[in-house]
Amino acid sequence: METKPTFYSTSVGKKVVMAASGFIVFGFVVVHILGNLQLFLGADALNQYAAFLQGLGPVKWTVRVLLALSVLVHMVSATQVTLQSWAARPEKYAVQRFQETTYAARTMRVGGPIIGLFVIYHLMHFTTGHCHPVKDGFVENSEGMLNVYNNVVFGFQDPLASVVYIVTMIFIGLHLYHGLWSMMQSVGLNHKKYNHWRKVFAVLFALFVAGAGISLPVAVLSGWVVPV
Amino acid sequence: MDFTLKVWRQKPGTQGKLVTYEAKGISSDASFLEMLDVVNERLIEKNEEPIAFDHDCREGICGMCGCVVNGYAHGHQGGTTLCQLHMREFSDGSVIYVEPWRAKAFPVIKDLVVNRSAFDAIITAGGYISIRSGSAPDGNAMPIAKETADAAMDVAECIGCGACVAACPNASAMLFTSAKITQLALLPQGQAERMTRAQRMVRAMEAAGFGACTNHGECEAACPKEISMDNIARLNREFIGSSIKK
Ligand code: HEM
Ligand code: FES
Repeated sequence: METKPTFYSTSVGKKVVMAASGFIVFGFVVVHILGNLQLFLGADALNQYAAFLQGLGPVKWTVRVLLALSVLVHMVSATQVTLQSWAARPEKYAVQRFQETTYAARTMRVGGPIIGLFVIYHLMHFTTGHCHPVKDGFVENSEGMLNVYNNVVFGFQDPLASVVYIVTMIFIGLHLYHGLWSMMQSVGLNHKKYNHWRKVFAVLFALFVAGAGISLPVAVLSGWVVPV
Repeated sequence: MDFTLKVWRQKPGTQGKLVTYEAKGISSDASFLEMLDVVNERLIEKNEEPIAFDHDCREGICGMCGCVVNGYAHGHQGGTTLCQLHMREFSDGSVIYVEPWRAKAFPVIKDLVVNRSAFDAIITAGGYISIRSGSAPDGNAMPIAKETADAAMDVAECIGCGACVAACPNASAMLFTSAKITQLALLPQGQAERMTRAQRMVRAMEAAGFGACTNHGECEAACPKEISMDNIARLNREFIGSSIKK
């Protein structure tokens, strides 16, 4: 008797799920970085934006749950696919040389877990404040609102924290450079005429996310952006 | 020319290891397989077991030959099977590593010979078409656009050698499977089974124990027929499409 495999039981299906969940997280990362760039517009801009986000209430929680699920699904499918591939070559080559693959493609399984750990640290740094240098929780302004701007600046004034951010941003850039292109292969998005643009798209967004992410700690460390 | 070979030797049912052989006085015009022939003749003269390797046509069309040479499937020269690679492409006095295709789905039979029945299982699962038997149809009775025919021909070049699996960091068989699926998906003759083909072939591929594609592109770099990994995206599309419609 033939039993039909479920879509997800195949590696092709898992890669589609991985691509979709990765794309959702990617969408968030772009919006998040754009929002964070308001650090350069000054304290009022960033603090008002933060207050707006906090005021979203149920929407905020919906997005948080969706993102947490996406990250979880992405990690589980990535791990399963990785284990399948490891099992597929029990005996290694004495000599193996590569011709076409990239550094980014070969570091996906290193960068992924690093990004995952970073997300935990990042949440404890700027969301819950557990890893934040300001002792008694976060700085608040006169109306009792969080002064997100100052929290970010104080946070990045610790060189170690800034280095963690900068290194992770490089891995996120690499992850996106391969991931965004690989994602389009995985879901079957290709056409002779437009294939060239897939790499352009991946490079542009990888550079934007990594570059913008690095610019924030660098701006603080260099003394360009100061607390108010 | 003189070479030092590090060749994988493995008897059935035992662990293998790399064994060193000196290959002296080899003609620069010898193919890689002819060089192995010379080494084997000398081994036989010394009453030693010759190195087992697969081969048949020796003109790059049958898909029987193939080893990983210095870390490259079919050697470092692009678009070439091992039987078509000549010793003049190597530098005199160099060390050459010769290993079998390494994948759980391709178990070593002996030395450099691996069992590629897993590919047959993938073909049996869906690499066929249903046709009316009888006398041959008239040529050109079925109109097919030139571009389509060309694209189908590009993938039909696949000789099933297994270099894509050997070169893939994940030991994935996606390039092979995608070439077979694409060839039939493009042509009118392949439409009858189109909705089940990708499902069955992907399932057979998974059952054989191949790894999962992460789009490194090593397969298309190693392919002696230079088949493009664009076909892998088509496989994914065929699989997703038939999963939704079935
Ligand atoms: C900033 C967060 C992240 C984003 C935006 C992201 C995005 C992506 C995308 C779009 C892909 C391509 C999927 C495909 O090829 O179909 C991918 C692949 C992958 N991701 Fe992530 N990812 C993130 C975090 C993570 C984490 C936390 C892990 C940890 C387990 C991870 C592990 C992987 C692996 C192993 C791959 C497959 C690599 C390959 O194709 O070789 N990613 N990611
Ligand atoms: S022996 Fe036939 S392709 Fe090499």
